[in-house]
Amino acid sequence: MGVGLLAAATAVYSCSPSRRHDGAQLYATHCASCHGTQGEGLRRLIPPLAKSDYLPANYAYLPCLIRKGQRQSIVVNGIEYNQYMPGNEGLTDSEITNLLNYVQQHWGNQGDAYTMREVSGLLGACNGSDGQ
Amino acid sequence: MTISFRRHTFATTLLALSSLVLLPACSSSPPDTDPDTATTTLPYVGARDMQDAPMSSPADTVYTIPAFTLTDQARQTVTNATFKNKIYVTDFFFATCPDICPKMQSAMLRVYEKYKNDPRVVFMSHTIDPAHDSIPVLRDYAERLGVTDASRWHFVTAPHDTIFALAKSYMTGAQKDAGAPGGFAHTGSFALVDAQRHVRGLYDGLNKNEVDRLIREIPVLLKESAESKPQQP
Repeated sequence: MGVGLLAAATAVYSCSPSRRHDGAQLYATHCASCHGTQGEGLRRLIPPLAKSDYLPANYAYLPCLIRKGQRQSIVVNGIEYNQYMPGNEGLTDSEITNLLNYVQQHWGNQGDAYTMREVSGLLGACNGSDGQ
Repeated sequence: MTISFRRHTFATTLLALSSLVLLPACSSSPPDTDPDTATTTLPYVGARDMQDAPMSSPADTVYTIPAFTLTDQARQTVTNATFKNKIYVTDFFFATCPDICPKMQSAMLRVYEKYKNDPRVVFMSHTIDPAHDSIPVLRDYAERLGVTDASRWHFVTAPHDTIFALAKSYMTGAQKDAGAPGGFAHTGSFALVDAQRHVRGLYDGLNKNEVDRLIREIPVLLKESAESKPQQP
């Protein structure tokens, strides 16, 4: 009986997305070193993600932003930022989706969720979809 | 059975107690050669130079940071003389660094916030990308970080080779590396330098415990500086 439960639990666990794709893990690996573990940013050098007005204002652009980075001046919560943000060519479309959904739902953010298909579509604007 | 159990327990307890007594004797810390510094004193980091002794002092001396001439974000020239009678914390970064620099600089910021009103402690960040990090870029970077007084935290530039040679002096690796993120391979270490241009500590800026250690060790070095006789730089 116990063995059966254990086997069932293992099966359920292996069905869930692997840790590698997990939004929190992706954020910690690819974003936290600049944007902070709580999305707080760094003074006027790096913008926050927590309660950032930039996110809802640029919903359709965010997948390309993550894929390609940017080198332009932007305004977030009334403050201007101009530092270079590197892109992430190594992430799959689904990883970008998980990453975005993590940011959209943390630190007081209540942004809309993205679907994978939606992200792949939006990445077309910057030729950034890998179809995965 | 009962008697032998008691004897066994007694023997075990005796063994345990004797280990407690004997074990501390196994570890020995190096004798403190200077009886005046009963509190902890910071080591001298780095290889020793062989230098001619003017008098009968030991022939080898501790390694000294060589003379440097740099320019900071306020267009002021920064040399060793800038740090006369002061201690300083230094690191190597570049403004477009995508991986470790923000975390490293925010760690340096944490140390800076603790000591920004103490004129005995100065901060210096060297750019390892002088081609991109011009003085206006450095000034903008410093101001965005919240550093408005360049004399408290210098963001300095110099010709490429000068900077890289200095990185070696401070025992921080820094070199161009097309394979590394941003194009430069460098460590996030901070060097703590005393008023005699000796490195007295190296700290991994990406490690919170190491940064905490630096914050704790600055007062130790300040105390030593206050107690030692003033020397020529």
